[in-house]
Amino acid sequence: MTNNALVSVKDLSVVFTQGGNQTVAVDKISFDIKKGETVSLVGESGSGKSVTALSILKLLPYPAASHPSGEIVMDGKEMLAASDNEMRKIRGNTVSMIFQEPMTSLNPLHTVEKQISEILKTHRGMGDTQARQRVLELMNQVGIRDAEKRLSSYPHQLSGGQRQRVMIAMALANEPDLLIADEPTTALDVTVQAQILELLKKLQRQQGMAMLFITHDLGIVRKFSDRVCVMTDGKIVEQGVVADIFEKPQHDYTKHLLAAEPKGEPPQGDDTKPIVVQADDLKVWFPVKRGFLRRTVDHIKAVDGIDIKVRQGQTLGIVGESGSGKTTLGLAILRMISSTGRIAFYGEEIQKNSWKQMRPLRRDMQIVFQDPFGALSPRMSVSDIVGEGLKVHFPGISSEERDRKVADALVEVGLDASTRNRYPHEFSGGQRQRISIARAMVLEPKFVMLDEPTSALDMSVQAQVVDLLRDLQKAHGLAYLFISHDLKVVRALANEVIVMRQGKVVESGPAERIFDAPQTDYTRALMAAAFRLETAPEGVVNA
Amino acid sequence: MDSQTRDNLENSGYDVYNPLPEETAPPPKRMKMSPINQRRLTNFKANKRGYWSLWIFLVLFILALLANFLANDRPILVYFKGDVLVPALIDYPEDRFSDDPFAFPVTDYRDPFIQEIIEENGWMIWPPVRYNFRTVNREIPVTAPAPPSWTMDKETRCARYPLGADDPNCIIGNWNWLGTDDQARDVLARVIYGFRVSVLFGLSLTLASSVIGIAAGAVQGYYGGMVDLLSQRFIEIWTAVPSLYLILIVSSFLVPGFWTLFTILLAFSWVALVGVVRAEFLRGRNFEYISAARALGVSNPVIMWRHLLPNAMVATLTFMPFILNGSISTLTALDFLGFGLPPGSASLGELLAQGKNNLGAPWLGISGFVVISLMLSLLIFIGEAVRDAFDPRKSLA
Repeated sequence: MTNNALVSVKDLSVVFTQGGNQTVAVDKISFDIKKGETVSLVGESGSGKSVTALSILKLLPYPAASHPSGEIVMDGKEMLAASDNEMRKIRGNTVSMIFQEPMTSLNPLHTVEKQISEILKTHRGMGDTQARQRVLELMNQVGIRDAEKRLSSYPHQLSGGQRQRVMIAMALANEPDLLIADEPTTALDVTVQAQILELLKKLQRQQGMAMLFITHDLGIVRKFSDRVCVMTDGKIVEQGVVADIFEKPQHDYTKHLLAAEPKGEPPQGDDTKPIVVQADDLKVWFPVKRGFLRRTVDHIKAVDGIDIKVRQGQTLGIVGESGSGKTTLGLAILRMISSTGRIAFYGEEIQKNSWKQMRPLRRDMQIVFQDPFGALSPRMSVSDIVGEGLKVHFPGISSEERDRKVADALVEVGLDASTRNRYPHEFSGGQRQRISIARAMVLEPKFVMLDEPTSALDMSVQAQVVDLLRDLQKAHGLAYLFISHDLKVVRALANEVIVMRQGKVVESGPAERIFDAPQTDYTRALMAAAFRLETAPEGVVNA
Repeated sequence: MDSQTRDNLENSGYDVYNPLPEETAPPPKRMKMSPINQRRLTNFKANKRGYWSLWIFLVLFILALLANFLANDRPILVYFKGDVLVPALIDYPEDRFSDDPFAFPVTDYRDPFIQEIIEENGWMIWPPVRYNFRTVNREIPVTAPAPPSWTMDKETRCARYPLGADDPNCIIGNWNWLGTDDQARDVLARVIYGFRVSVLFGLSLTLASSVIGIAAGAVQGYYGGMVDLLSQRFIEIWTAVPSLYLILIVSSFLVPGFWTLFTILLAFSWVALVGVVRAEFLRGRNFEYISAARALGVSNPVIMWRHLLPNAMVATLTFMPFILNGSISTLTALDFLGFGLPPGSASLGELLAQGKNNLGAPWLGISGFVVISLMLSLLIFIGEAVRDAFDPRKSLA
């Protein structure tokens, strides 16, 4: 171990004990963080990255968690043996942390000023005026505009990016030696992600602090860190300088991870195929009501006059940042929410259909949702979940017949049919997404809306799901409406793309043209942020 | 550890249950309880007080259900001229046993004359206590209320029997273990039957009001909007109606029976669960698997029943023991005030009222107090254990 290490972790293990069962979350890992350098912990979910980071601050749920072996030495002090009082002096002072979810990491009842100044008052004993001075300084530092005005804002009045900036301001308040960032940009849009990453880098240079960066995104690692530790199943399988690891990966898992980008070609555009779904001038406006009589004074235009056309066997990708109205558009087309404008399914007008009249059509128009954990009822077995649609649309078939169809659908999405009597919690995220897809496919639909089906999955699982979706499309001639903010996945699946922003189309056309030769500034900024993690010039995207 | 850290821990990929890796899969295990239910059962058992209370309560409740065989003024079994008769369950006219032309339509087995005929032609088995809740003991040695029999010696106890201390009926089965009330009815028998009535009333009221409350809450939460708004205002007005006064008014022109009371109380008690169930449905209707079911074309009632109701069950089950307790206390209170079950029925509230009116007979008040407080405490302890079992915060650690 070198002498200039700020933190050195040696042989660290973490074991969780629950009801007599012991789970090894982290298994004898060692790594160093030197002053002023960025070390990335990269790995898929469940690999023990976050647990490692939390052990440095002793934030695990002790005594359910325990450390059978290892030591964490910081500035010559052994952290694992430190008392709670000593740890409190370290947390937020010499070591601070940024969490993934900016929505829940801030107290919704405290103003920005209170959130940031609390840490100053606790560790530095600052008074009100002094603390306010420092808070303003910090807010300018993290790039919150009109800092003075924002002091009395509550978290819900800030955007996701601004909230993450407030989190960073809190973490930096006491000029820590080490900043632990636990997936700080995962919940953010790509353009905001690029901004936050750049901010972190800039602050690190200014303050000379070390950073432990936890992420699953290899693109971020490549661009922002000096050294990287690859983790899987609680072990560090490979560590070293970023360039080396990316150029010459030694371990199979690292190679697997590097190769896990979604690949493959989207279907060829073909204007002779019949149009499955068509919508013209589709609008979803939510009224804003004010005053005593609740008069409608304005509208929130979630979807504002959009035309789409999806042909058989082809994929229309809809990209845009959160809040751009992608999902609302998809739900409106499926008549899950009310809208105005013309919607046609194989030429038949369905906009005027009642909920009851829509029911027979539901068989042909299916959805796969984003969250594989939320989209499956936890109290139903897989065969009940997949078979539910069959019960509605084929009430006549026998239970053996239904069971056979369910089994076939599971096999088709690459699951073992003998697992169909188990419950969703027994499956991993990727398997659950396959179950969701099986639920849609068992009805043999003609049109499937895929609402961010890969964004909650690990990179390598994402690639598998993309392959699966493409195979299914080829086999059944399905029409896909593919909604995603992940441009890499869209590129691998869609032959036509619509870029949406604030309910309107920014740009649309064949996928190659949108990706390779974007016409508008916004699309260009989106591409730069997504593929190269570059920030756009002021004014093109919002903070 | 504070809850924020825990949330972050869970959000950041530390799986509480460790899902299986992609390939390896254990054999199907449908019959086994899901892990969450196993954990709930463990939590329930971990609350020793609640767990034992449940067992004690179940034993007492089963005994009370068998009250007809424990305390009755007729034998459990009679063997008469080669026939096996079950007087505890079936009414036999007196001419089944005697040729008396003036025979009563119902046999009084406590009558020494009938006993003699049966003993001559066969045998009979009496329950341990030879009184039911309305049997008047004509042989009490003092004016009613009579103290418990074990406070007196044999001479006094048997003074009023035709043959005195030698009378075949002056035996332990005819003791008044807890004394008699002011109408010479056996307190022990009344307590057993009273316990049964209270618990059955409470259980059925709880069940009925839960069914109505869950249905109302489900509809309000699921459909939301105008339905929800109007129902909520209606419930606000409805809960403002003083139910006790209404019962007083109704009982002035109707004789309140079990079902009358049940209906009136039900009309007001169903609102108890509406709030929680409505909240669960409001929360649950935006889950993705609900949207998925809607996208499949599943009808609304089926979605509510199959997908949403299980979510609301946790809140409901947690509340139920407390609603049960409330129902029982209401019935007791009404009985105490004299607006409850009709005169003559076994009622713990009436026993308390008698205790208040006969301060010289402490066995009345004490028996009533002990039984009611035991019953309510047991139910509260069970309720606490159920609450612990469903507490999501106990799932970790």
